[in-house]
Amino acid sequence: MQRTRGTYMLILTLTAGLLVFSFVTSAGDLGSFGTTLLSGLFLGALYFLVASGLSIIFGLMDILNFAQGAYFMIGAYVTYSLFHMDALKGIDVNLRFPLGVLAGTIIGGLLGAVLERGLLRPLYARPIFQLVLTFGVAIVFGEALKAIWGTEGYGWSTVTSFGIHQSQFEIFGRQFGSYRLFVVAVGVALIVLIGLLLQRTRIGIIIRAGVEDSEMVEALGINVRAVFTMVFTLGCAVAAFGGAIAAPFLGANLGMGNAFLLPAIAVVVLGGLGSYMGTAVGSFMVGLAVAVVARFASEFLNQTVWASITPMLLLILILLLRPSGLFGKESR
Amino acid sequence: MADANNVLEVQEIHTFIGQFHILEGVTVTVSRGSITVLLGRNGAGKTTTLKSIMGLTPPSQGSIVLEGQSLMGRRSFTIAQMGVGYVPEHRAIFRDLTVRENLAIVQRKRDDLERRADFIFGLFPDLKRFYNLPGGNLSGGQQQMLAVARALVPENRLLLIDEPSEGLAPVIIESLIEAIRRLSAQTTVLLVEQNFRVASILADRYVIIDDGRSVVSGQMQDLVQDEALVQRYLGVA
Repeated sequence: MQRTRGTYMLILTLTAGLLVFSFVTSAGDLGSFGTTLLSGLFLGALYFLVASGLSIIFGLMDILNFAQGAYFMIGAYVTYSLFHMDALKGIDVNLRFPLGVLAGTIIGGLLGAVLERGLLRPLYARPIFQLVLTFGVAIVFGEALKAIWGTEGYGWSTVTSFGIHQSQFEIFGRQFGSYRLFVVAVGVALIVLIGLLLQRTRIGIIIRAGVEDSEMVEALGINVRAVFTMVFTLGCAVAAFGGAIAAPFLGANLGMGNAFLLPAIAVVVLGGLGSYMGTAVGSFMVGLAVAVVARFASEFLNQTVWASITPMLLLILILLLRPSGLFGKESR
Repeated sequence: MADANNVLEVQEIHTFIGQFHILEGVTVTVSRGSITVLLGRNGAGKTTTLKSIMGLTPPSQGSIVLEGQSLMGRRSFTIAQMGVGYVPEHRAIFRDLTVRENLAIVQRKRDDLERRADFIFGLFPDLKRFYNLPGGNLSGGQQQMLAVARALVPENRLLLIDEPSEGLAPVIIESLIEAIRRLSAQTTVLLVEQNFRVASILADRYVIIDDGRSVVSGQMQDLVQDEALVQRYLGVA
């Protein structure tokens, strides 16, 4: 109980510290402060979409899936291509985007199932081989995307469904894209949905039990390998979904996989390996930290590298204070 | 030749863990409605025998037959679905799951828990009181009761119970003995027990395992009388 209270105090202190730092360095410009805060939430939502799958997969299967960023990329490329494909231009624009997101998510999920069933399953007894394999698969996916779409990145060039991509709203005199708020809302909805899945359904109970002791779950009559496949597929599909809904804002490019994978790994570790709560909280903490540092570094230091290394700096800080992460088990 | 009265017939199984040859010929027969106990010193191979039956450390040779169906080569979830309940040593309950979730996870049919609730909570009334508490918040004795209760949710043909009295206070052991005796009226039990007193109270039959081999078996009441045998294999006076 005391540890939990300490964890919440630490989260509150770090978050408050970031907000105060952001407010002070904004020199009282509420518009700048507000947009930084919203940018943090936007990044946090996207980090969550990559990190949630990573966390559940690691918790249940002890696999750190280095290909998770590649699935994010696949979701973005598939959605971008379908939305901009000439042959599909006849489809109503309000329908074309959701269809693109659905297709990107399904393709990501299917590729996840293929990776788990075809390549990872024979290597369950060899965790190091699995690690290297997912790393290799990430490279293969990257090269495949390069072969199909080339090395040039794509920016979203046309209207999205319901005009949400183009609309702006004002916060303390500054304009902020409604689409980013939409992504935050989707991220929060996913947090709730996955949380409900884990807490309220039988498969959720099985997954949480499997995170504790998958051998015992199998000995109770549950086909754990089938659960592994389902969870891996779901984790990859959620990452691809993240890429798909990020595409109207970020476009599709070969750097976006790693750009989101590394912060997501930091999120999973600092949140506590295998802890869903830790992943959700950690995502928004990292998102906020990156947004605050990015604004400060671009305004005062003229060096954007600080934003890129912020997730790792926050990770180091939290591990120094909580060696097993915010919500991690002491024994892990 | 299989005996219809036997629920389980384990014949000359050999099990390796890594490069170590742990079981070098274990034979165990468990007759319907009985409690059979595996006895032996620490490291003799008792737990590995249960794990081999359960498919967790699959044997490389020999045969394991559950009411006429071979368990060899089957994965543990299939063995569990065939009606073998397993209560491992050190309980292995899910600490982050509530008591209800620990029990519900084993349901094969949607209403298994509901149907068996009276029987389970009749045996272990504490579990009803702590139904919505995480398993990790229970005492050692309550966790052991939860582990046994979990194996009772489906109507299993055979229960494998590993060291149920380990680390428990005497008063808890007494209530556990009573519970196992009552549950054995509904299902057959194969028990591993280091506590000879507990084993002698509960078991109808025994099998002594020594250095990975089953060496003696018989009626428990005969073993209790045979001090020399007990001293030789179990080191108990």
